[in-house]
Amino acid sequence: MSAVLADMRETVAPATTKAIAPSKGGRPWTFYVLAALFALYVIALYGPMFCIYILSFQDIRGGLVFPMKGQSLHWFVDLFTQVRTGDVKGSFDRSIKLAVIVTIITVVVSFLAGLSFRKRFRGDTVVFYMMIGSLVAPGLVLGLGTGLLFQALGLNASWYTSALGAQLSWTLPFGVLVMFAVMSRFNHVWEEAAYDLGASRWQSIWLVMIPVLAPGLVAVALFGFTLSYDEFARSLQTAGSLNTLPLEIWSMTLNVTSPSLYALGTVTTIVSFIVIGASLGSIVLIQKKRGSGAKG
Amino acid sequence: MKSDRGDIELAGVCKSFDGATYVVDGVNLRIADGAYCCFIGPSGCGKTTILRMIAGHEDPTAGEIVIGGQNVVGLAPVQRRTAMMFQSYALFPHLTVRDNIAFALRVRGMSKADRLRAADAMIEKVRLTQFADRLPAQLSGGQQQRVALARAAITEPRVLLLDEPLSALDEQLRVQMRQELRRMQRELGITFIHVTHTQLEAIALADLVVVMEQGKIKQAGAARDVYAHPHDRYVAEFMGGQNVLSGRVEKVNGASFTLGQAAPSGIEVSLQARPTVSIGDKVDIAVRRDDVALVRPGRELPPGCTTSLPSRVLAIEYQGYFVKVMLDTVPEDEFVAYVPEKTFFADPFTVGDVVMATWATGSALPLA
Repeated sequence: MSAVLADMRETVAPATTKAIAPSKGGRPWTFYVLAALFALYVIALYGPMFCIYILSFQDIRGGLVFPMKGQSLHWFVDLFTQVRTGDVKGSFDRSIKLAVIVTIITVVVSFLAGLSFRKRFRGDTVVFYMMIGSLVAPGLVLGLGTGLLFQALGLNASWYTSALGAQLSWTLPFGVLVMFAVMSRFNHVWEEAAYDLGASRWQSIWLVMIPVLAPGLVAVALFGFTLSYDEFARSLQTAGSLNTLPLEIWSMTLNVTSPSLYALGTVTTIVSFIVIGASLGSIVLIQKKRGSGAKG
Repeated sequence: MKSDRGDIELAGVCKSFDGATYVVDGVNLRIADGAYCCFIGPSGCGKTTILRMIAGHEDPTAGEIVIGGQNVVGLAPVQRRTAMMFQSYALFPHLTVRDNIAFALRVRGMSKADRLRAADAMIEKVRLTQFADRLPAQLSGGQQQRVALARAAITEPRVLLLDEPLSALDEQLRVQMRQELRRMQRELGITFIHVTHTQLEAIALADLVVVMEQGKIKQAGAARDVYAHPHDRYVAEFMGGQNVLSGRVEKVNGASFTLGQAAPSGIEVSLQARPTVSIGDKVDIAVRRDDVALVRPGRELPPGCTTSLPSRVLAIEYQGYFVKVMLDTVPEDEFVAYVPEKTFFADPFTVGDVVMATWATGSALPLA
C-alpha cells in the first residue's frame, strides 16, 4: 500500500507545481461570450423540465401554470391514490419490467454481435446495414407495422411481446454500435495470450474478455434501459391494452388537468437519475477496484 | 510419448495465407534442446510466422514441426508445452501481477492457495515481489517484460517463444533486459526462440542465429559464424560490419585469384574458402570493416596487404573506441573502414582526403 501511495505522490507532484499553467492575467473576452452561450444552452435544455418539477410541488389549490400556489407533496400522494389519474403504478411497473428485459437482451445480443463482427464473414455488410436500417426507420411507422403484423398473424399485442420486439428494433442497433466502439479498444492479443496459457474459449471470454469490457457492457446496458424506459413511438401501436409509463403519461395529458401529471414527470425523472447514477457508479467502482490493485 | 526435451525440428515447413504467395517457403531447421535461437530478418520475412507456427497459433500449410520427437502440428499450445511471450507482452490489464502470472494455473483448475503460492515463487524469481499487487499499467516497460516472462514460464514449457521481446523498450533497458533473458534461459534450462530484427541483439544472445529473407533461411549457424563468415551478399549486408565488393575473376593463380575492379591493380583474394572459380566468373567478396586499414598515398602498405584501392573520404563519424570512415572506394556500394581511435588520431584524415584502402589478402572472403 505504501508503495502505491509513494507512486501516487510521485505522479501528482508535477501537477501541483503548475509550471505551464497560464495563471497570470484575466481570461480572454471570448471565454465570457462562450460561457454565456453555454449558460443559455443549459437554461434552454433544463428550464422546461424544471418548470414541471417546481409546479409538481404545489398544494391542493395548484393549477397547470405559474404562479406557484403553495408548497406540498399533495399531488404525489394524489398520483398514487386517485383512480381517475389512471393506472400509474401498474404502468410504471410494466415499464420497469420491460426496460429490464430489453436491457438484458440488448447486452447479451450486442456482446455476441460484437464477438461475431471481430472477423469479416459472408454478408457482414448486409447484416450491418439492415441493422442500421431499423435505426433510421421512423418509430411510429415501425410500431404501426408491428401492430398490423401481430393482428394479421392473429396474435394479441401486449407490452411483453409486440412492444418488446418493437423496442428491441431500436435498442439493439444502438447497443451493437456502442459495442463496436467498446470492442475496438479490446486488444485481440489478450485472447491469443489466454489461449496460449491454456484457457478454453469459454474461459477466455469469461476471465479476460468480459472483465476487460465490463465498463463498456454497463454503458450498453444503460443505453438499453433508458431507450426502453422512455420509448413512446414504437410502443404506441404495440403495447396492447395495458399501457407502459410513457403511454400512460401521454393519455394523462389528454384527460388529466391537475399537477399530478407534473408529479409523475418528477417521479420518472428521479427513477432515470437513479438508474444512470447506479450505472456510472458501477463503472467508477470497477475502475477504482482495478486502480487500487485488487487484493482478492 | 511425452518428452521433456525441447529440441525442435522444422521439416519442409511452408505457410501461405492466400494460397498464392508463401510467407514461409520450405524451411528446414534443427534447434538443439536448451538452445537460445534467434530468428533475424527484415519485417515480412516470415520469422514471426515461423514462431507462431511453433507456438501453435498458426498451422503450417505444409511440413512438419517436431518438438521433442513428437509432431505437434494441430496441437494446442498447452499440449505442445510451448509458451509465448508476445511482442507488446499482452498482459491482462484487469489482473494484478500475481493474478496475471497465476492465470495459466487458474485455467488448469488449480486451487487458489496453490496457484498463488506458485505465482509468488515465480514473482520472486523475476524479482517483482514488491509489485505483486500492481496492475500492468502501473509498471515500467522492463517490469512488464518480466511479468510476461514469468507468466509464460510458470507453465513449465519446454520451449519459450519470444516475439520481438525487447522492441518496446528504450536502448539502455534493452541491453539490460537482454542479459536478463539470457539469465532466465540458463536458469530454466529450456529452449528459447527469439524473433528480432536487431543484429546486435541476435549475435549477443544466440547460440544459433537464423538469418531469413522472403520466407527462406539464408544462413543458420553460431553467431560468430554468421557474422564473420556470411554465406552470401544478403547475409553479409544484413548482419553488417562487412564491405561487399563485386567484380569478375581476371586471373587464377594457385592459391589466389584476382578480381577485376575499379582498382587498376585488381583485388587479390585467397582461394582457400572457394576453390572453384574460373576466369570470367562474377564474384562477390566481403571484407570486414575493421580489417580495412587506411594509408596515405605513397606510404608503404602494412605487411600481408597486396590490394590497395584509392579512395576519397566522404564522411567521418567518431564512435568512441573507433572512428567510422566512409569512403567512395566502390561506385555503387558503401565502403566503410572502422579505424581504431588511437590509430586514427595519430594521423587524422579530413573529409576530402585521398587515402589508400587496404587489407590483408587472407581477410577478403569470397561469397556465394
